[in-house]
Amino acid sequence: MASLDDLKKRIASVKSTQKITKAMKMVAAAKLRRAQESAEKGRPYSEKMNNVILNLSNGISDKENAPKLLSGTGEEKTHLCVVMTSDRGLCGGFNSNIIKKAKSYFAKILDEGKELKIITVGSKGNDQLKRVYGDKIIENISFKESKNANYFDADKVGKMVIEKFEAGEFDVCTIFYNQFKNVITQIPQAQQIIPLNNEGEENSSEESYEFEPDEDEILSNLLPKNISTQIFKAMLENSASEQGSRMSAMDNATRNAGEMVDKLTIEYNRSRQAAITKELIEIISGAESL
Amino acid sequence: MSEEFKVEIVNPEKSFLVKDDVSEVVVPAFEGEMGILKDHISIISFLKPGIIKILSKSGDENYYVEDGIVEFKNNNLSILTSTIFNLADMDKSKQQDLLKQAEEEANKTDINDQSKYLADQKVEVLKTLN
Repeated sequence: MASLDDLKKRIASVKSTQKITKAMKMVAAAKLRRAQESAEKGRPYSEKMNNVILNLSNGISDKENAPKLLSGTGEEKTHLCVVMTSDRGLCGGFNSNIIKKAKSYFAKILDEGKELKIITVGSKGNDQLKRVYGDKIIENISFKESKNANYFDADKVGKMVIEKFEAGEFDVCTIFYNQFKNVITQIPQAQQIIPLNNEGEENSSEESYEFEPDEDEILSNLLPKNISTQIFKAMLENSASEQGSRMSAMDNATRNAGEMVDKLTIEYNRSRQAAITKELIEIISGAESL
Repeated sequence: MSEEFKVEIVNPEKSFLVKDDVSEVVVPAFEGEMGILKDHISIISFLKPGIIKILSKSGDENYYVEDGIVEFKNNNLSILTSTIFNLADMDKSKQQDLLKQAEEEANKTDINDQSKYLADQKVEVLKTLN
């Protein structure tokens, strides 16, 4: 059994850990509110963008010559995966969930004999993937300096993806991120952004639009923007998810630490009493023997 | 009802502006300025750098945009843009900063014709502001 002194030290250390996790939880809660707000504010833009593109692609007359970003290269040989994770740890299963989802997708791709290229956004994803898929990672981006997700960063990633697409480095692009549902639930998502996947979204109106200039030109201008927008949306969802996930993880940690302190305190009191009883017995039996 | 319609400007971060008492909007469409009144035909177009003029009962407003898409449908005008500033909030130093950036961009030699054209447009518009 541990000595009284040891127990005392352990109680103190667990208590200070609890203080840290509690503080982290509070910080995450405050950040979560902001992140959630900006995720909600960012939704109209990406929704409207999607709508316009949907209308445009329905209106396009010549499907054969549609921009490659919309219709794809006609092949599915090389897959590019953009895995978006956080730069900081201690956020529960947030990163592992994305990685798990991504890894199962990678395995599928490789099983089919296709080529795989990976771009990681956020250092935690890179850390976890480089052990197994190190040779497949072509780019690693991290926005440690930026406090909040901003469009400028997303645009940088988007431009890079488009550049690589135009250079013919891949045929299909998928992004992985966590969709924020609520504080305890975040759903890892795999979203294909090149070629654009519009199936199952047949709710567009029959109304015809006037286009100026023509559809093709607008589309070729719009599609690169859409890539950045989708990536930005993923970043916003991700940052809200990260804070939510961290908040619930830290909440659990705080509670566990509390339980541990209680248990240790009981143990401490028991052994203190045992020591007193032992001393008393010694004194009494000493007195009796006289 | 009168000749009013609704305009909504969104940028990636948030819904920038919503107004529903607008009588006319002038947008710098790619092929020239375009005025939109109520009951305009449904249209999709994209923007070049320029000034969006919003005329409404509660007063006129001017915004500087660098790019964007406009969609008009059922008397709803949506403008999607990544860079937008209200001219009323824009002071001289901000204008100068933007102008400097635009000039640098326009003077690059390794860009294609379209981005060169856009950068030139930016410079022109910003110069007229001063």
